Formats: sequence, structure tokens, C-alpha cells
Amino acid sequence: MPEPLQRTLAALALLALAGTLAACGASSSSPPALDVSAATSLKPALVDHPPDYQPATVRVALAGSDQLAAQIRAGATPDVFAAANAKLPDALFAEHRVERPVAFARNELVLAVPSGSHKVRAVADLARGGVTIAIGAPSVPVGSYTRTVLAGLPANERDAILRNVGSEEPDVGGIVGKLTQGAVDAGFVYRTDVRASSGRIRAITLPAALRPQVVYEAAVVRGARHAAAARGYVAMLRSPAGQHALRRAGFLPPP
Amino acid sequence: MTRTGPFAVVCVVLLGATAAFLAAPVIGILSDVAPGDIADGLRDPAARDALRLSLTTSLGAVALIVVFGTPAAWLLATRRFRGRGLLVTLVELPLVLPPAVAGIGLLAALGPRGIGGTLDDAGIRLYLQTAGVVVALTFVASPFYIRQAIAGFAAVDSTLLGASRALGAGEARTFLRIGVPLARHALGAGAALALGRALGEFGATLLFAGSLRGVTQTAPLAIYERFATSFTSALSLSVVLIAASIAILVVTRLLTRSDDAPA
Repeated sequence: MPEPLQRTLAALALLALAGTLAACGASSSSPPALDVSAATSLKPALVDHPPDYQPATVRVALAGSDQLAAQIRAGATPDVFAAANAKLPDALFAEHRVERPVAFARNELVLAVPSGSHKVRAVADLARGGVTIAIGAPSVPVGSYTRTVLAGLPANERDAILRNVGSEEPDVGGIVGKLTQGAVDAGFVYRTDVRASSGRIRAITLPAALRPQVVYEAAVVRGARHAAAARGYVAMLRSPAGQHALRRAGFLPPP
Repeated sequence: MTRTGPFAVVCVVLLGATAAFLAAPVIGILSDVAPGDIADGLRDPAARDALRLSLTTSLGAVALIVVFGTPAAWLLATRRFRGRGLLVTLVELPLVLPPAVAGIGLLAALGPRGIGGTLDDAGIRLYLQTAGVVVALTFVASPFYIRQAIAGFAAVDSTLLGASRALGAGEARTFLRIGVPLARHALGAGAALALGRALGEFGATLLFAGSLRGVTQTAPLAIYERFATSFTSALSLSVVLIAASIAILVVTRLLTRSDDAPA
């Protein structure tokens, strides 16, 4: 695969995007604009009620962590990559595409149901006929955690649940959307998504034995235009101010 | 252009820039993927499922669009009545409506919180089903056909239609024997464009029908998923869609061109 061309094209696309964004929010002698590629589930903590970060104007692009990692592999250089797992930042670090990742939060995978719906009350109900569920695609962290949960179940129960999957969504936002519209009876999402749904979906806590460890890692992307501000941002996420914003959105402290 | 003035030079330069910009993604994909990769990518059963699903749902959508849209376009093209302008605007709405909005709208209207609950009781479910993909594609692709059909019918010489009616042919006969045959190239081109739009649909499908291999995961959704997992496989699926798009455009051009020449 001729990588340079692919990179050039990705860079051109990014340049066009940056140009558009700059045209929208240009102001004279403002602090640098820091581009943060963040997992969709970080929206309440980093976008809705973001922590104060003086050294830069932070612009957060949300998508599934796997999509963001693929963009970085294709040559995109946001300043910071904040993922809903450790696997993707660690892999990018091994490929020398990001600096050493740091864990900055934990989350809890839960079973979620539309508020008002009582069709599903526990994981066992997911195997019943006529139940439709939404899960994440295998490559997005929420989908990978979900498969870890299912792997802890007896094979026949797991197969019955997988037969009830109505959609494999590219990110957790898609699962939440299908739940709030009542298009599915249940889905695996994070505790923070339920909290951010303003009561439209309800969480069912998973048994401790099934609960996967959900750790969020952030890293400075190599080649970032504002590396210093990016390092400051990643440090801020672990600082009391960053931790306060994350805790307010329902995230747990890093391990 | 008889004289090469500065304006002509500017036009040529801007045309060159436009062409280069529009060709860049296609060249990028084609130069990135080896023929062997395409073959490997297409041996993947999931990729073949996605292509098969895209083809069947797109053809289904175009069939629905032609059956409903042709008489609708005939009426809009040959009659002047109150509310016609509003109807034409409505028919064209999906052209400018963001597909994600179309998907959310379809889910709100035909999902469990809309009439989908009632349909469910009748044993019909569209959301998260293959039928839902067809619904999403039909919604998004319909204006590509109907606009072309209206233009095609409007271009039919009205004296021919008048003569047909004067000779005692009913409206249905006039439509079938005069309108459709004379507008056939426009109708064909419109159907081809609608097929192209349907094959490329992404947002409305994802939001209304979801993404599940073999059921609702069309080729564009499979490309999005593969972007994160297997770039080569995403590229090989892309090459197939590029080939389909070019074929569709060639057909459209041949059809619209033969309108100008004697048939």
C-alpha cells in the first residue's frame, strides 16, 4: 500500500476541515486550537460540561474509538486521542503513532433499557424469544466489552442472546439512540450514557462476575501541531479539575 | 471560445482544479489497492453479504420508486392545480434533507414510538429489518427518479397528448402509450440515478435500519465498519462501489444523450 499518497490525501482532507473550522471560529491572537479525538462516551465529560483548560481552545471530535484510531493510522494528526479502552492507544503507541498513553478514568458497562419498558430485567431475559437488543460492533470498545460479558455466559445462553441482536452499532451513541426510540428492548452501554440520557433510559447493573474492567486512556498524537498544549491537556485530565469534570459525568477515577 | 482571453484561461484553470479535486478520492482508492487485494476483500463472505444486500435492497427501492413515482410524476408534469408547487417541493425534500435527519424522522414516524407500534401489532416491522433498509433507500433516492420523470413528461410534445385524448384515448392509455414511451430515456436515466443514490446510502439506513450483517448491513455500512478493522477490505468494497457508480453514470449519459439524437 503506497502510504505517502494515502497520508497526503488524509492530510488534505484534514486541512480542508481545519480551514472550515478555523473560518468558523477565528479570532485574533487566541490561544491555540487543540483538536481532541475522543470516544463518543466522553461527550458528557468533555463536551457538555467540559473541564476548564486555559492554555488552549479545545475542539472535541467524537466517534467510536476504533474509527478515531483508524483515522490516526491513515495519517490524521489530532493533538490528543482519548479512547474508551487501553487497547487502541496502546496499539498506536506500539506503532509509534502516539506518545505513551495514560489512564485517566474508568467506566462501568451496564445493561440499559428504555425507561418505562419492563421486558428486560436481567441479563438472562436477553436470551428470550422476541427480545431485540443493540450492541456495539466488535471493533468499537463498547462492543468488545459486551462480547467479554457474553463470553462469561454459558454457550447456549450466549448464542440465544446473539440471535436477538438487531443491530451492531458503530458507536455507543447509536445504541443509546435505538434505546431512547424504543427500537430495541435493551442494549449494553456505559453507566455514564444512562446518566446523560436525562431519564430516557434505565440501567440494570451487571453481576460483578460479568463486569469487564473499562479503562479510558489518552495519549498525545505524534506530529501534533500543539504538542505542549496536548501534553498539558492529558495531564489536566488526571488533575483535580479534570477528575472533577469526569466524576460529575459519572466516570470513576483511573486505576 | 474563438479567442483565448484571460477569462478563458481562468475557466480552464478552475475546471482543471475542480476535476483534480473530484478525481482525488477515486485515484486515492485505486492507487492504494492492488488487484489481488480486491479479490481477497471480495472473498470475505461478509463483504459479499453486504454487496448482495445493497444490490437487492437498492433494486427493491428503485422498483417501488418507479411504480409509485411514475404516475405521480405524470400528474405533476401534466396538470396544473392548487398545491402543485408544494407537492413538488415535498417530492424534492429528500434531496436536501440530511440523511441522518431522514433516518431519525423515519424512526420517529415508523418506529415503535410512531405508527411502528401499531404495525408491530399487525405483525409488520420495518425498523432494524431488511424491509427498513428498502424504506430508507426509497425515501432518500426517490427525488432522483421523480424529478427526472417530471422533466421527461413535461418535455413530451403536448400536441401529441392532446391528439391522443382527442382520438378518444383515456388518460391511462395516453400515459402508457404516449407519455411513458416518449419519456423513456428520462425515466431510465432517473431510475439509474436513483439506483446510484440508493447504493450509496449510509446515514438514513444506519439510523432507521441499524447495521447487522446479512440483514441491514449494506455495502456503505460495511465500508464504515471495515475502516476501523481492515482498511484493505474497506478499499476493495469501495472499488466495487466506484465501478458501480461509473457504470450507472455511463448508462445515464447514454440514455440522456440519445434523447437529443433521433431514437
